[in-house]
Amino acid sequence: MPKTNQTHEPLSDGPDWNFSLLEQYEFHIDRIAKNFRLETYPNQIEVITGEQMMDAYASIGMPINYSHWSFGKKFIQTEQQYRRGQMGLAYEIVINSDPCIAYLMEENTITLQALVMAHACYGHNSFFKGNYLFETWTDAGSIIDYLVFAKNYITKCEEKYGTTEVEDTLDSCHALMNYGVDRYKRPQKISIVEEMSRQHQREAYLQSQVNELWRTLPDIKTDDRPQPVHFPKEPQENLLYFIEKNAPLLESWQRELVRIVRKISQYFYPQKQTQVMNEGWACFWHYHILTQLYDEGLVTDRFMLEFLHNHTSVVMQPEYNSPYYSGINPYALGFNMFMDIKRVCQHPTEEDYRYLPDIAGKEWLDTVHFAMRNFKDESFISQFLSPKLIRDFRLFAIEDDASRPYVSISAIHDEHGYQAIREKLSAQYNLSNVEPNIQVYNVNVRGDRALTLRYIPQKGIPLDESRDKVMQHLHRLWKFDVSLEQQHEDGAIEVIAACRRSNNAA
Amino acid sequence: MAHFIDRRLNSKGKSTVNRQRFLRRYRQQIKRAVSDSVGNRSVTDLESGEQISISGRDISEPVFHTGKGGKRSVVHPGNDQFTAGDRIERPPQGKGAGQGDGEASNSGEGEDEFVFAISKDEYLELLFEDLALPNLKKSQFDKVVEYETYRAGYQTDGVPGNLDVIRSLKGSIARRIALTGRDRRKLRELEAELATLHADKHDHTLAIIALEKDIAELREKIARVPFIDTFDLRFKNYDKRPIPTSKAVMFCLMDVSGSMDQTTKDMAKRFYILLYLFLTRTYENVEVVYIRHHTQAKEVDEHEFFYSQETGGTIVSSALKLMDEIIKARYSDANWNIYGAQASDGDNWADDSPYCRDLLLKEILPLTRYFAYIEITERQHQSLWREYQAIEASCENFVSKHIQTVKDIYPVFRELFKKDQHSNAVGV
Repeated sequence: MPKTNQTHEPLSDGPDWNFSLLEQYEFHIDRIAKNFRLETYPNQIEVITGEQMMDAYASIGMPINYSHWSFGKKFIQTEQQYRRGQMGLAYEIVINSDPCIAYLMEENTITLQALVMAHACYGHNSFFKGNYLFETWTDAGSIIDYLVFAKNYITKCEEKYGTTEVEDTLDSCHALMNYGVDRYKRPQKISIVEEMSRQHQREAYLQSQVNELWRTLPDIKTDDRPQPVHFPKEPQENLLYFIEKNAPLLESWQRELVRIVRKISQYFYPQKQTQVMNEGWACFWHYHILTQLYDEGLVTDRFMLEFLHNHTSVVMQPEYNSPYYSGINPYALGFNMFMDIKRVCQHPTEEDYRYLPDIAGKEWLDTVHFAMRNFKDESFISQFLSPKLIRDFRLFAIEDDASRPYVSISAIHDEHGYQAIREKLSAQYNLSNVEPNIQVYNVNVRGDRALTLRYIPQKGIPLDESRDKVMQHLHRLWKFDVSLEQQHEDGAIEVIAACRRSNNAA
Repeated sequence: MAHFIDRRLNSKGKSTVNRQRFLRRYRQQIKRAVSDSVGNRSVTDLESGEQISISGRDISEPVFHTGKGGKRSVVHPGNDQFTAGDRIERPPQGKGAGQGDGEASNSGEGEDEFVFAISKDEYLELLFEDLALPNLKKSQFDKVVEYETYRAGYQTDGVPGNLDVIRSLKGSIARRIALTGRDRRKLRELEAELATLHADKHDHTLAIIALEKDIAELREKIARVPFIDTFDLRFKNYDKRPIPTSKAVMFCLMDVSGSMDQTTKDMAKRFYILLYLFLTRTYENVEVVYIRHHTQAKEVDEHEFFYSQETGGTIVSSALKLMDEIIKARYSDANWNIYGAQASDGDNWADDSPYCRDLLLKEILPLTRYFAYIEITERQHQSLWREYQAIEASCENFVSKHIQTVKDIYPVFRELFKKDQHSNAVGV
């Protein structure tokens, strides 16, 4: 990057802002971002008030969403905390859509607006556009249309079948939302028009398939003895998909609701897997872009001090014994990792050549772009966490085995510990370690239609009590007996939760 | 290049629907919280909304997540004292677990109480859902309706005092313009012609005379149109319409003799609060008269009513007599809707009870819309209860109820004012 030493007339540092000032800042940020080769969706920047920000919070950040009581609960919580001053509102919300929608809050100073534009409209935006997970799993162009479709469809269902009925079904879907994700199949991209026309065909087709599965008349051709059938043939991890396609008694509109929740869950899946990278990438760029603005003489010292104050509080990592500690701060970890990659590229040490041979001494801009495109949190950490960073964070790993009266330290930031810490931290961001592994195991197709899920624990970690309630929700969708088995390490099977038809006259 | 949109003027209420849904869904829990809160209020405090607290467990949205136990390994930052292989004793419950498992965010909203505020209107709405004032039907007949006079346009006839001068003169001008306009125009033309003839050097005497004659006639014709006519007069019109009475007075009668302890008084207080809140929903202004009694009755203010202790015997009729006197002295005006609420532990001097019945039947009940008696006791009923039961049997606007614990109050109150009891009367 050629250092530009032109002396510009600095832009006004406010603190008040107006639209023409926003445009001037945006113009320069855009120019600098292009120099750093950040490719983005077109930006749509919306200025909103604090209350509107709370609305946005409540509907999972989306500009439009269907109505559901749980969003009301979220809203009340947010409002309450905000009123009491227990929490400030986030500076920004940005939506993975094309054009990329970002919210600026009216109350913020021009410095914060510039920070947010650099962070959200160029940092997150380019991440949404470039990262392979987002490219594979989400379709930025159609999400808003899909939400419009979903909202209208659900409203229509409410008119037709009653709000309570619809909300109950949605509750049950929400309970299983985390299990509504395809991990290995690419969802199709379709437009809203197609979605609507297909919806009708699908309704008819799905019902016919379900009828086929549950038909009770004997098949004339094969009148052998009924074989014990294992259905599904392989365990299925996408519970909602399985329910949508196979639940015997769901109405077709309920199947569509299951599908809507599943789709939304799928849309958010990449965000869950790239929190550290996404935030790190955005912080990395707002830092570079605004620093560049300063180097060009476009912003004042006052602007810079305000910016740095905010920046440092965002990327601060409290230590394990601090009262503010609540786990590793993804902003801090992500930002420092990208900065560290840049360092390893520009000023590699002998240690870096040993631990990160692939990137040490390479062109830094190419390398950070490569890292952004091709990794998720888990692989990003296992690939790029350098010993220096482990030392800087003074990371240490605790082994907590419930069967022992003590916890032990298994690795710290020393020569023996680097590899272990890297692996353990990486595993901490592996969603399949975080979310319990529960799959559809069997359906008694020829008998009482009971559905069996199987939980395969890792390292003997049990399921929380909440499983009973979730099973009730599952029962509401499946409408026949449902049970949850746990497969112990020795292979023994134990039923740990069940919901039978008689206890629940659905 | 970015596209800026100013959304600040868009509606803020995007979440209103969802908030309403939340309130509706947890109506039962919220209502419970609302009725619990009644006891903490002053009788006449209506300005504030209410903090509602419902159990977080009730409103949690369950998902599958991992519980305590098993083997976990977690990476933390900021090592200041550990080396590999160190063993740390588990702290007895709590802290260690909180640090050890990374689950805090998953199960974040655990069992905490979920606290939020509802507005005053929502509060009252929830509190008095499906309740109606008793005796609405009856009161329709015996309510003396007050009339108010209001302006209702103009009319062409009336007493001189109601004459609207401006309106009348406007009419006069309009009429005069309508009747004389054409003549005036002609008059102007003739006068102009006359002027030209006079200015001419030639002699036009004959023509001038003819013109002058025409002019004189026209002037006369115009002058014959009267300046003001009865036709112009407009009188202000007044009409009468009935106004519903909006004044109510609520008498709180309480026994403060030695046998009434603070708990019993608190229970009574809740009952009064409910009644007061409820009346304010119907009447614009509600006055409250507090009468406390032991062997003698006395009118007091709220604080003294609830918080001062007396000893001695009990003569209930003294309070009723005082109530009757106050009604006669201050609320005899038929516009007052009078409500009575009496709380007692049932103790009364035995000979006094029949007298109470007479007093109620003859003097008080005919004047009141409703009289509620609650007896707060865990003992056997005494003579007062029996007498009151007799009244209840014969009078529609008298009710007596028995309350044992705080929990009974709200249900009893609801029962007293239940809508379906009087559902046929609600439509009025």
